[in-house]
Amino acid sequence: MTDIREVSVNELRHLVSDRALTGETMLLNMGPQHPSTHGVLRLLLELDGEIVVNMIPDIGFLHTGVEKTCESKNYMQSEVLTDRLDYLNPMGNNMVYCMAIEKLAELDVPERAQALRVILVELQRISSHLLWLGTSGLDVGAMSTFLYCMREREVILDIFEMVSGQRMMTTYIRPGGLWRDVPAEFEPAVRSFIDYMPAKIRTYEDLLKKNELFMDRSQGIGVISGEDCLRYGLSGPVARASGLNHDLRKKQPYFGYENYDFDIPVHTTGDVYARYRVRVEEMTQSLRIIEQALNRLPGGPVRSNNRKYVPPPRSELGTSMEALIHHFKLWTEGFSPPVGHVYAVSESPRGELGVYMESDGSPKPFRVHFVTPSFVNLQALPLMCRGLFIADVVAIIGSIDIVLGDADR
Amino acid sequence: MIDTGMVIEWIIKSLVLILGLTGGFAYLTWLERRLLARFQSRIGPNRAGPFGLGVPIADAVKAFLKEELIPHYADKVIFVLAPVITVVPALTVLAVIPWGEPLQMFGRQVSLYISDVNVGIVYIMAITSISVYGITLAGWSSNNKYALLGGLRATAQMISYELALGLSMVGPALVAGSLSLVDIVHAQQNTLWYAILQPAAFILFFISSTAEINRAPFDMPEAEQELTAGYHTEYSGMKFALFFMAEYIKMIAVSVIGSTLFLGGFDGPFVGQFPWLGPLYLIIKTVIWLMVLIWLRATWPRIRYDRLMSLGWKILFPFALLNVMVTAFVVALVG
Repeated sequence: MTDIREVSVNELRHLVSDRALTGETMLLNMGPQHPSTHGVLRLLLELDGEIVVNMIPDIGFLHTGVEKTCESKNYMQSEVLTDRLDYLNPMGNNMVYCMAIEKLAELDVPERAQALRVILVELQRISSHLLWLGTSGLDVGAMSTFLYCMREREVILDIFEMVSGQRMMTTYIRPGGLWRDVPAEFEPAVRSFIDYMPAKIRTYEDLLKKNELFMDRSQGIGVISGEDCLRYGLSGPVARASGLNHDLRKKQPYFGYENYDFDIPVHTTGDVYARYRVRVEEMTQSLRIIEQALNRLPGGPVRSNNRKYVPPPRSELGTSMEALIHHFKLWTEGFSPPVGHVYAVSESPRGELGVYMESDGSPKPFRVHFVTPSFVNLQALPLMCRGLFIADVVAIIGSIDIVLGDADR
Repeated sequence: MIDTGMVIEWIIKSLVLILGLTGGFAYLTWLERRLLARFQSRIGPNRAGPFGLGVPIADAVKAFLKEELIPHYADKVIFVLAPVITVVPALTVLAVIPWGEPLQMFGRQVSLYISDVNVGIVYIMAITSISVYGITLAGWSSNNKYALLGGLRATAQMISYELALGLSMVGPALVAGSLSLVDIVHAQQNTLWYAILQPAAFILFFISSTAEINRAPFDMPEAEQELTAGYHTEYSGMKFALFFMAEYIKMIAVSVIGSTLFLGGFDGPFVGQFPWLGPLYLIIKTVIWLMVLIWLRATWPRIRYDRLMSLGWKILFPFALLNVMVTAFVVALVG
C-alpha cells in the first residue's frame, strides 16, 4: 500500500515555468479521467487564465505490456495481442504484424488474399476516420455528428463480424493470407456500403466543412509546419495536413497498392481544419480503392500453401499423415521462422505503423517492437498547444487522433 | 385594496406558476432528450411509461435518493447556498408575464398574471442578474480548478451578454411606450408583432438570451469536453438537480419572455372572443422557441470562449445601442 500524498509544486519545478512557483499561473491536471483526452492521457497544463503556457503529456496509463508479452507467446498467439494495440485499427495491426512474419519467413501471399487485405484495411481506415470525425466533432461540441458517424461505422463492424466473427478484435489476417475465405454475402455488403457512403460523407461536410463555428474553432488552431513534422517524425494525416506528401501506400506500396488509382489528399495550412479536410478526403479515396479492389477481386486460395507456417485444410486431416503432423506441430509448438530481424511498415489511419521483429529461430519471437503513430504524433502536442486556449487543447488532441492503446503498448 | 380573496388568488396563482415551471422543467428535459434523439437518428428514452414519459419522474426520484457529497475543502455554507441562489430567481422571474386577458371565475375577475409591475422589464433584468451570483459562488466554493474556471467563464459571459440583452428589450419598450409587459402585449395586438417591427432587437434578444442561459452554442460554462462539467463539477444529488432545474427553468423563462416581447405574447386569432385561448397560445409559442433552442444544440459546435466575449462586446453591444438609438429617433419622429 502506498500512501497518498500531495505533490508540492517544488517537485514539479523542472517541468513548469518559474511563474507557477509564485502562484501566478495555475497548474491543472487534465486527465487521465477526463472526457476529452481520448482514453487515459494525462496532461499537466500550466495555465495563465485560460491560456496554455506549457503542457506536459503523460502517457502510460493504458500500458498493457503487449511487446513484452509477445516474447513469451508463440507467433500466432502474439498476433491476437496486436488487435488490442490500436483498437480502432485491428485489421491494420494484424496486417503489419503478418507482413513482418511473411518478410522474415519469405512466405507468399496469394493474390486473392492480398486484394481482400486491401479491402479490409481500407474499410478499417474508413471506420477509424469515422470514429475520429465523430469524437473530434464532439470535442468542439457538435454532438450530432458523433452519432451519425457511429451509425455508419456500425455497417463496417457488421462486415467485419461477417468475415471474422468479431466486430473489433478480428485476428482475421493471418501469416500467409487470411483465416479463411470471405463468405458469399461479403461482396454485396461491401458494395452496398460503398454506394451508400458517399452521400453520408457529403452530409458530414454539410454539417462541418463550411460551418462558421467549426471553422472558427479549427482554422489557425494547432498549427505545425512541415519542417516541424519532419523534425518530430510525424506521419499520417497530421503530416499530410502540413504539406508533406508522404503516404506509405504510394511511397512503399505493399499488397498491390501500386495497381490502384487513388490520390493522396494533401493540405498545407497544418491546422486542425486541414487535418479534418485530409481525413474526410481520405475516406473518399479509400472508397475508390475498395471499389477497384472489389471489381478485380481474383479467385483462388486465400492462404499460402506453405505447410510449415499455414495450417492444412481440415479436409486433409483425415487422409494425409503429413497434414496431421503439420497440424499437430502448428497447434502445439507454433512455427519457427529463420533467425533474423525485419522491419515491416504500413500506413495506418494514424500514420506510419511499423513492426520490428527479431527471431532467434525458436517458435517465440525474441523481440517485437511496434513503431506506433499515436506515440510519435503525441510528442508534437505541446508544440501545437502553447499559447492557445484550453478549449483549443481539446480540439487539437482530437485532431491528432491518438489512440492510447497505440501509444502505450 | 387587499382582501382575503385576493391573497388566496395570489397564492393559488403563484403555486400554479411554480408547479407549472417545475413540471415544465421535468418535461422539457424529456422533450429535449426525445428531440435530440430524433435529430441524431436514435430512439431516445422510451422505457419508463408510454413514450418514456415516466423518465423525468424516475430522474427526480434518483436525484432525491442520491448521496449528497460536499468536498472536504469546500466552503460549506456557500456550497449549499449556491444552488438555491441560482434556482430562486429562475422561479420568480415569470411573475410579471401576462398569460391572457382577465377571466371571470368564481364571481370575480381573475387576471392571468401574478403582478403587473409597471417596470416589468426592469424587474426581469434585475432578477435574472441575481442567478449569476449562484453560479459564481458555486464555482468558487467548490475549491476545484475546473469549477473555478467554469464559474469565471459563466460570470464573464452572463455579465457581458446582459448588456445586449437589456438593450434589446429596450426596443419593444420604446415602441410600446411602456415597461409593463401587459401594455407591451396590448400594444402588439394593436400593431404588428415586435418580431416584425423590431427585427434587429428580436435577433439580438435571441442570441444574447441564448448566451445568458448558457445554452448551446454558448454553453461555455459547462463545456463538458473542456471543463468536465464547469461550475457544477463537484455537485451531486439534489443540489446538482437544482442547478439543472435552474438552467432549464431559465430556458423556459427566456422563451416565455421572448414570446411575450416579440411574438405577441398571448395574442392570437379569436383570443378576443375566447380569453382562455391566451395561455394556450403563449404555451405554443414557448414550446416552439424551446424546440429551436434544442435544434441549435443538436446542430452547432460550441463557440470558443474568447470569440464569445468578442461577439458580445464588439458586435452585439454596438448593434443593440444602435438599434435603441434608431428606434428612439423613429418613435420620437412618428409619435
